[in-house]
Amino acid sequence: MSAHAPESPARDPAGYADVVLAAPVTVPYVRYSIRSTHWFVARALAAMLESAGLRKPDLDGLSLGSFMLAPDTAIGLTQHLGITARWLDYVPLGGACGIVALRRALRAVQSGDAEVVACVGADTNHVESFRASLGSFSVFARDAVFPYGSGGPNASFAFLTSHYMREFGATRQDFGKLCVAQRDNALGYRHAMFKKKLTLDEYLNARLIAEPIRLFDCVMPCAGAEGFLVMRRERARRLGLKYVRVLSTCERHNAFPDDPIQMRGGWVLDRERLYDSAGVGPADMSFVQTYDDYPVMSLIQLEDLGFCAKGDGPQFVRRNTFTTDGTFPINTSGGQLSAGQAGCAAGFLGLVEAIRQLSGQNLARPVPGARHAMVVGFGMITYDRGLCSAAAILAGGA
Amino acid sequence: MTGPLTRPKRKNPVLRTRLPLLPPWQRSRAALGLTACAALGRFELQTCRACGAVQYPPREACHSCLSGELEWRLQDGAGELIAETTIHHSNDSFFRERLPWRLGMVRLDAGPTVVVHLHGACAPAPSRVRVNTRLDKAGQGVLVAFPPEEVQNMANDKQLREMTCDPRFRKVLVTDGKTAVGQSLVRAVIGAGADLVWVGFAEPWKKFPGLQEIAALPQVTLIPLDVTDSKSIRTQAGEIGGRVDILINNAEVHRTHGIASRAGIEAARAEMDVNYFGLLRLAQEFGPALKSRGADGQSSATAWVNLLSVYALSNFPAHGTFSASKAAALSLAQCLRAEMRPAGIRVINVFPGPIDDEWNQALPPPKLGAQALARAVVAALQDGVEDVYPGDVAQEWLERFRENPKVLERELAGMAG
Repeated sequence: MSAHAPESPARDPAGYADVVLAAPVTVPYVRYSIRSTHWFVARALAAMLESAGLRKPDLDGLSLGSFMLAPDTAIGLTQHLGITARWLDYVPLGGACGIVALRRALRAVQSGDAEVVACVGADTNHVESFRASLGSFSVFARDAVFPYGSGGPNASFAFLTSHYMREFGATRQDFGKLCVAQRDNALGYRHAMFKKKLTLDEYLNARLIAEPIRLFDCVMPCAGAEGFLVMRRERARRLGLKYVRVLSTCERHNAFPDDPIQMRGGWVLDRERLYDSAGVGPADMSFVQTYDDYPVMSLIQLEDLGFCAKGDGPQFVRRNTFTTDGTFPINTSGGQLSAGQAGCAAGFLGLVEAIRQLSGQNLARPVPGARHAMVVGFGMITYDRGLCSAAAILAGGA
Repeated sequence: MTGPLTRPKRKNPVLRTRLPLLPPWQRSRAALGLTACAALGRFELQTCRACGAVQYPPREACHSCLSGELEWRLQDGAGELIAETTIHHSNDSFFRERLPWRLGMVRLDAGPTVVVHLHGACAPAPSRVRVNTRLDKAGQGVLVAFPPEEVQNMANDKQLREMTCDPRFRKVLVTDGKTAVGQSLVRAVIGAGADLVWVGFAEPWKKFPGLQEIAALPQVTLIPLDVTDSKSIRTQAGEIGGRVDILINNAEVHRTHGIASRAGIEAARAEMDVNYFGLLRLAQEFGPALKSRGADGQSSATAWVNLLSVYALSNFPAHGTFSASKAAALSLAQCLRAEMRPAGIRVINVFPGPIDDEWNQALPPPKLGAQALARAVVAALQDGVEDVYPGDVAQEWLERFRENPKVLERELAGMAG
């Protein structure tokens, strides 16, 4: 660790008492869309308001995560969609944007800066847009990654995956087991992009992309949106909404900058307080939504959040089934690997699915008796590693 | 691993010649610092003047102490390959045509982790490697990891050849064969494996020492070529332009005058006619043909070499008009480089100090021998370097120039001719 690592603050953060999450919505994903991101944001907002029985003027806060809004940001959307807000946030943080948006919206409602905040992650996907986005993703990517083969995230995660395999003895079968289990989960989720069963053989023998990564280690870029509302519990009750509570959260950016290659994320710095504040531990989680942009990241997150020791990821995979009806359900709607990666909506996918699971509004197969869930956010490889790590512990019921 | 290079098959004339594509070339201004050192064949990294931290990728401020005082410092490139991949899919057309492509992540002993093009002879990770810069096909600086020790056939690596201009199995035009420098260049490129060398000579009725021996080499074809004569150049470009892979323009006129030491402008005009307009004529006639063959298989058109002079950087008054003509040629060569870039043709400028020839007779040693100059040119082609300052005098002038051009101007004004 760096000699200048920050000390943990002595103060535990205040809880989120009386503020809840409701009205989880998914705008169904499509591989390519001729619509702009604005269209997807509008669809998400309309669906949320309808399901909550609210009108647009009831919304006084908006938090937006998106990569493909340019030249607009969140402010442009207020006029575009006719929203008058007294609280506005723009969080283009990819895989971490859902939890980061959630954290800020919770505090806004808790402090009275806003009454009802809509958190939306949305992105469109044109045929050209994925390729076009790679070279302009970050200054470092343009200067020091894209000119090296232009493999995109596949190449970056190939480094991390091969290193992890060598270091901890993970095999292709281990990653395959996770991917196959998530596909099984996706078969029960009607919005998943992948609707065919995946076999381990198909996974192992798929087309090589960037050794050791093959086709089914990679997410499918697509267009779509996810979102939910943040409001006071009494408001949700008055509206007759099913809701979930947030027990604790964390975010950390550019943790462990001196690690030569990424083997851990900022969760290692935050997990103790995350569980302490929540008053629950890893064993209390009914399911976990990892940020599975590549299967190796699921293993790293499980280790860093204390579900198993560092390096025990492969053993952990061999011990569990990960399906909604088995042991240690993970990515219950299929994760990005099977549901699709709709840009910044991917940072909301696990969160929205967890809200649905814990509040009994399932679109995917229910996890029996689910009470607590861990949702993980991760993202923004601007050079050689994901900079953002985030997590939230949610609880169902009253 | 890399094996010996095999002679490419004869080109199938029915097939379309592939269009030259480039790898992504956009860079931030900070990152162009890597291009600047790669152009000289050096590996430097941004280093903080305040705290000494070494960093990569290039930034606008020190990532450790936030100082804005950064400078590029020479690195030895030693490091450990900590992860590698071979990509079989790319989002860029240039790489798509060249897959699979091997990449590595190297933890430099100096600190930073760098993403590199990985030479085929590097052992699998974890292993020791040596990182260096190269200019890629787009002319931008990139990092390449090599095995720590030289291995056989190292230059033949498929990826590396996309960044270098190796004369092996290539066809070369040397524009002037009558001088010792020209003849040394011919022998040097043949020694480096060139298939065929066209050697220009301007005045076929004259006998020049050494020319007959050069003409007797099996790879050599003498061609009448006068860089002051547009028609002569056009004729030769029509004959051989579509086959020249490397053009080395060494034709020059060198007189030892300033302004006051000679009346009239005839000598100066002759210098400009060969040294500046000669380059312009050649570029107009041979440039388009080279550009069309920037991706023509293993032995594509690849480089244009200009014999300039270190006097192009700052005027040496004792050879004042010659200096001016070389400064003009340097400026034009920068234009040529920009125009050749889209085709992936490298323009290499060679800046020798005084060459050991009749026109520098009065200058004291050290002077650069013709063979040493030729070796430097071949090395530049093999390493893909863009600016070459061969020999101690040129290196010293470069250092003085980089430190303070105005100081150099005064120093040169004080030097006796």
